Amino acid sequence: MNVDHLVTMANQIGAFFSSQGTHEEAVDGIADHLKRFWEHRMLQAIGSFVNAGGAALEESGLQQNVVEAVRRLVPPQNNTPIIDAMHNPPHR
Amino acid sequence: MASLNSLDYGTPKRTSETLVTLEIDGVSVTVPAGTSVMRASTEAGSKIPKLCATDSLEPFGSCRLCLVEIEGRKGLPASCTTLVEPGMKVRTQTEKLQQVRRGVMELYISDHPLDCLTCSANGDCELQDMAGVVGLREVRYGYEGANHLKSAKDTSNPYFTFDPSKCIVCSRCVRACEEVQGTFALTIDSRGFASVVSAGQNGDFMDSECVSCGACVQACPTATLMEKSVIERGQPEHSHVTTCAYCGVGCSFRAEMKGTEVIRMVPNKDGGANHGHSCVKGRFAWGYATHKDRITSPMIRKKITDPWQEVSWADAIAHTAAEFRRIQAQYGRDAIGGITSSRCTNEEVYLIQKLIRAAFGNNNVDTCARVCHSPTGYGLKTTMGESAGTQDFDSVADTDVIMIIGANPTDGHPVFASAMKRRLREGAKLIVVDPRVIDMVDGPHIHADYHLQLRPGTNVAVINALAHVVATEGLLDEAFIAERCEAKAFETWRAFVRDPRNSPEATEAVTGVPAALVRGAARLFATGGNAAIYYGLGVTEHSQGSTMVMGIANLAMATGNIGRRGVGVNPLRGQNNVQGSCDMGSFPHELPGYRHVSDDATRALFEADWGVPLSNEPGLRIPNMFDAAMDGTFKALYVQGEDIAQSDPNTQHVTAALTAIECLVVQDLFLNETAKFAHVFLPGASFLEKDGTFTNAERRISRVRKVMPPLAGMGDWEVTVALSNAMGYPMHYDSPSEIMDEIARLTPTFTGVSFEAIDRLGSIQWPCNGEAPEGTPIMHIHEFVRGKGKFVVTEFVPTPEKVNGRFPLILTTGRILSQYNVGAQTRRTANVAWHDEDRVEIHPQDAEDRGIREGDWVGITSRAGETVLRARITERVQPGVVYTTFHFPESGANVITTENSDWATNCPEYKVTAVQATLVSHPSEWQERFERFTREQVRLVEERKPVHAP
Repeated sequence: MNVDHLVTMANQIGAFFSSQGTHEEAVDGIADHLKRFWEHRMLQAIGSFVNAGGAALEESGLQQNVVEAVRRLVPPQNNTPIIDAMHNPPHR
Repeated sequence: MASLNSLDYGTPKRTSETLVTLEIDGVSVTVPAGTSVMRASTEAGSKIPKLCATDSLEPFGSCRLCLVEIEGRKGLPASCTTLVEPGMKVRTQTEKLQQVRRGVMELYISDHPLDCLTCSANGDCELQDMAGVVGLREVRYGYEGANHLKSAKDTSNPYFTFDPSKCIVCSRCVRACEEVQGTFALTIDSRGFASVVSAGQNGDFMDSECVSCGACVQACPTATLMEKSVIERGQPEHSHVTTCAYCGVGCSFRAEMKGTEVIRMVPNKDGGANHGHSCVKGRFAWGYATHKDRITSPMIRKKITDPWQEVSWADAIAHTAAEFRRIQAQYGRDAIGGITSSRCTNEEVYLIQKLIRAAFGNNNVDTCARVCHSPTGYGLKTTMGESAGTQDFDSVADTDVIMIIGANPTDGHPVFASAMKRRLREGAKLIVVDPRVIDMVDGPHIHADYHLQLRPGTNVAVINALAHVVATEGLLDEAFIAERCEAKAFETWRAFVRDPRNSPEATEAVTGVPAALVRGAARLFATGGNAAIYYGLGVTEHSQGSTMVMGIANLAMATGNIGRRGVGVNPLRGQNNVQGSCDMGSFPHELPGYRHVSDDATRALFEADWGVPLSNEPGLRIPNMFDAAMDGTFKALYVQGEDIAQSDPNTQHVTAALTAIECLVVQDLFLNETAKFAHVFLPGASFLEKDGTFTNAERRISRVRKVMPPLAGMGDWEVTVALSNAMGYPMHYDSPSEIMDEIARLTPTFTGVSFEAIDRLGSIQWPCNGEAPEGTPIMHIHEFVRGKGKFVVTEFVPTPEKVNGRFPLILTTGRILSQYNVGAQTRRTANVAWHDEDRVEIHPQDAEDRGIREGDWVGITSRAGETVLRARITERVQPGVVYTTFHFPESGANVITTENSDWATNCPEYKVTAVQATLVSHPSEWQERFERFTREQVRLVEERKPVHAP
């Protein structure tokens, strides 16, 4: 996935939820939106990017509330998105 | 021209709570007050002779055939213009009336060709009928006097002929153009014997303002205005009621047939959306269904540089299933997906998303709403609780203030625009919010009270400024808000919108709209009575599309304009079944009925019915599919009735993604732009070849009826069933009706819907269930679907697409009346007579600055690419803004649009692209490559190897 593109999209989401309440409410809103609408490869890609940190993350311009929301969804330790009650059908 | 099976009552139906009883020919008749004597008599079973009267038009009283005798009244009043009164005694047939009527007919026939047996209206001519009814046996005037028999025909219109030699100057055509269509293109020139119907300034129809809606042809009682298809093929002998496959109005038509050949499409007067009216597309542009470009055999190939090989359906399905399974085995379950079609029925779309969820095992399904009204789904669901408009079209008849935002109804929803224009002529006020001077701003007898000609990309600033006026000048509907809306959310929103940064004065520099205009418009909207907002893609196709939809909902709730006739939030859905496509679960995050895939209870319902576990994760949206394809993790795609290579933004990115896909399956009528990258082509069926339902912009579910067998031998739903079975997920349905029964079983808003119910009621607006067994024309009447309405703060965030020295202009896009979307259908009809290429509209000042004149080739360059279009110099666009349509693939309109999109839904920001315009002398590099690639792909189809006989 094109990380630059994901960063742009995520920042747009962040900009909307920044206007919706407190910082914590914004992080909640962003995390909920990403979980509801982003496919797991997208979450994984941005999660890996955020968790790798460093200069790339700093220079990307990714907003802080988005960083926090992504870390909530894709914990640093295993880079796999948390999906409640995973229920994937067996591959045929 | 009389449509088959249609009784003409002579004058329009009236509704009134007061009933009037009168006596007609000794029989007591009771009708609503305001009904004409003519209509009352027809309803009682006794038809009064007529020629200038027809029930789609107001009475005119010119032909003098419908005279009656009324006890106690002098003379012989015309029954069409005489209203019923209590106790009236009418006689419709007396010796005196017989003589008068015969005399009238003698006058008509004295100046009329006597070629009935070879006339195209033979047997379907009201003049002929009346001659028979009055018992005309001779014309005492003879035929040697002055006459119009040698008047020249006007055959300029590709679809109908005007033959003035047969005209009886009843003025029905003129009145139809005024009252029904609202274009006022026709008039009666001169007086007395010299009277003649004139189009425009006495020119021919094609040179006039005529928009070829066909209302005049339908109204004409003789062969004067006649469809060329009837002249050439003869009259139809049976008909089927079906629904148009073009725009989101969803007009009901009678397909009039001879055998399996369509002779003409006539708008159905009982159509709930269109009430007997139509536009040029639905009325006349249906010939694409049997165009020579139709591909009717399945085809496969290994590489897109290979020639196509025709194969049998069995082989094509088996090959597709095998490829999809191979790719999943190699790349993972999520490496494949599909795109459903708004061209297809609800039943067909439902099966595609079922195939993807149950057989593919993922949620990688999306639909064309992604690129048009997905923000409507998000915004209205968030604020009101349902992803659809709140009203029916008829509601406009009770509207006092119409606000049109980012829509061009005369071009995109012409039949509904006619209803809007009628209401405006009756005195309703109009506010237009659009960067362009659309036709509604200034048309025949209509004029916008306010035109907020904003800069593209500043919608949210404008809606916030309108709301600021409402919230600071005491114009809030406090009682409605207190009763119907969440208090805390409202308080937060009110504090936000009252902030001076949202005032018209503060936003003027950004929007370009003078503050005084914004204040005037807001005051009118809030105090002018019933106020309704109609909006289109000029709202949704922006980086803040969803935010703007919520801003619209905020304004409607703030002024109490929800929950009754005449008000509401009305998204003008573009396509015939885009609403239905969304309803049926085409989104990657929602099952049918707009329920999130993570909703365990809903998922359990579908799992129990479908017999398989389903994924609870959102799948890929269309733009994400392209990104994943470029990434190498998305390798197969099933595209039904969509042309993403033409319709989606940043064409070069899309085609690069399609090239990266290993198995692209396209199901369509023609070799479209996407099919040029395909490995499997499955021939699709047009709307004339299918049974099912479409859902229009009013949530109206209407029947689509098959009038001819599928040219390719299989219906689209049958193909999906076959593919599912081949992939190992069993599907079996005996008919599309069974599919709708399953939908109804699983979707609470559809529980009362069935083919039987639709046939009985004519059409049904969902929700249709126990609470609303006959459907729901108006929503949110007592409470919102989510309970209380939710105000949402809509902070203006400027688009990232900035103009600068290199790209100083803003390009915005739209539609034109005669062509439809990517043009796959309309380009293959005579509609090219009106629009045979996309042009770029440029303001005279911008053109002069660049040395560009009318018709010059102009290079349009953006950060994404470059294309070349011919110039149209016009003041409809403001300086700094250029505009084009996207109906011709060679225009490359989407080569220059970017990947900017709505924050919530990824709906592309088609309406704001920073560009430069330059005078050029040759096509762009992309256009040259496109031309070569197209030539090659057309050759590969034309040289396709036929299927070998067993």
